[in-house]
Amino acid sequence: MTRPAQVDKSNRFTTVSDLSVHDVGCERDDRILFENLNIAVQKGDLIQLVGPNGAGKTTLLRLMAGLNQDFSGEVRWNGQNIQSCFHDYARQRLYIGHLSAIKKILTPLENLRWFVSSWPEVKEDDLWQALEKVTLAGYEDVPCQQLSAGQQRRVALARLLVTPTPLWILDEPFTALDKEGVAWLEQQLAQHVEKGGSVLITSHHALSDIPALRQIELGVHK
Amino acid sequence: MSLVTATIKRDLVIAARNPGEWLNPLMFFLMVLALFPLAVDPDPKFLAKIAAGVVWVAALLATLLSLDALFKADVEDGTLEQWLASGESLFAMALGKVFVHWCISGLPLTLVAPLLALMMNLPEEAYSALFFSLLLGTPILSLLGAVGAALTAGVRSGGLLLSLVILPLYIPILIFGASAVYHAGIEMEYAGQLGFLASFLCISITLTPFAVAGALKLNLSR
Repeated sequence: MTRPAQVDKSNRFTTVSDLSVHDVGCERDDRILFENLNIAVQKGDLIQLVGPNGAGKTTLLRLMAGLNQDFSGEVRWNGQNIQSCFHDYARQRLYIGHLSAIKKILTPLENLRWFVSSWPEVKEDDLWQALEKVTLAGYEDVPCQQLSAGQQRRVALARLLVTPTPLWILDEPFTALDKEGVAWLEQQLAQHVEKGGSVLITSHHALSDIPALRQIELGVHK
Repeated sequence: MSLVTATIKRDLVIAARNPGEWLNPLMFFLMVLALFPLAVDPDPKFLAKIAAGVVWVAALLATLLSLDALFKADVEDGTLEQWLASGESLFAMALGKVFVHWCISGLPLTLVAPLLALMMNLPEEAYSALFFSLLLGTPILSLLGAVGAALTAGVRSGGLLLSLVILPLYIPILIFGASAVYHAGIEMEYAGQLGFLASFLCISITLTPFAVAGALKLNLSR
């Protein structure tokens, strides 16, 4: 059934993680966002979707994450249609949308605990450490409504440190982050692809420092 | 801990920190039952005759009042998107949400109704019928209401629409619930009405979560 992502001694992902998009097309309000799109996301890939506002970046990301089935073509995970192995697929990829799913009345720790509840192998200690690494040490028991927008975003991004998934799908993760936060996130992305993970990201932020980076441009259709 | 139990626990914590959310319907219930005897003929015999109907109508409207918020926050902050992304069963999650809703709306109503029925001079024989009819009936109100709440979660002012969708479905529950209490009051058999409520509860538990899951999926696939 479901198995956790395999990690070897040197902390590299050993499971195959191969997400591919075949002849995908999508239409919104009689407007073609993209068509005949073919993308392969393999181990060690960092793919950035770029394009103007309204080009369909989020739509493409959501359909690749399996959240939207209103499109033509097929999305495959390790050769299988994602809808036929969705539970398995969901355990191997982390999706962070631009809605952060943070409950403001709860503390960062409580929020994080809910996020990782599908991964029973994650320990309580890991959560504390993750919050410390996103510089929220000391804020563990403060309700999120008292945190700034950037700090709330850090709570959501702390999931990157605790969820053991080879594939990350991130929608505008740099929003509201300060300079240090941006640098920290860039470093996390670089480390993740180094480890054999893969990242699919939409961002208007230039990610030029990471060698594995590939850009895919949307919004050429009129 | 699975995501379903984590969500139930989390929602109960949120309710505990935000008592206004569930005290409001309870206050409404209390006010209706306190004001009714003042506004109509205060003759105890007359009150006893209408008590069953008034208590049930007040309970039904109090539930309706609390339904609008059931999925709204979760749709707006991205929690439902994360649910869908997690690959866990939406059926279980719908059932979990309804369970929490009943714990903070239907259950308190059921517990305070016998106390408040005193103000309506409910005949002594009808108290157990009132308690049991509400115990069986309020979960049905929550389950049916969840379907409407899921359908209207993405609509800006869905409250009115929700009432229109749900009220017709509530009518049989109201008729059988109030009639059980009324018949108990005039010392007649009421097991049949309770039996109907029990069977309707079984059907609702098995079928409505499918409808809720479908409606939520529809809401999110845009």
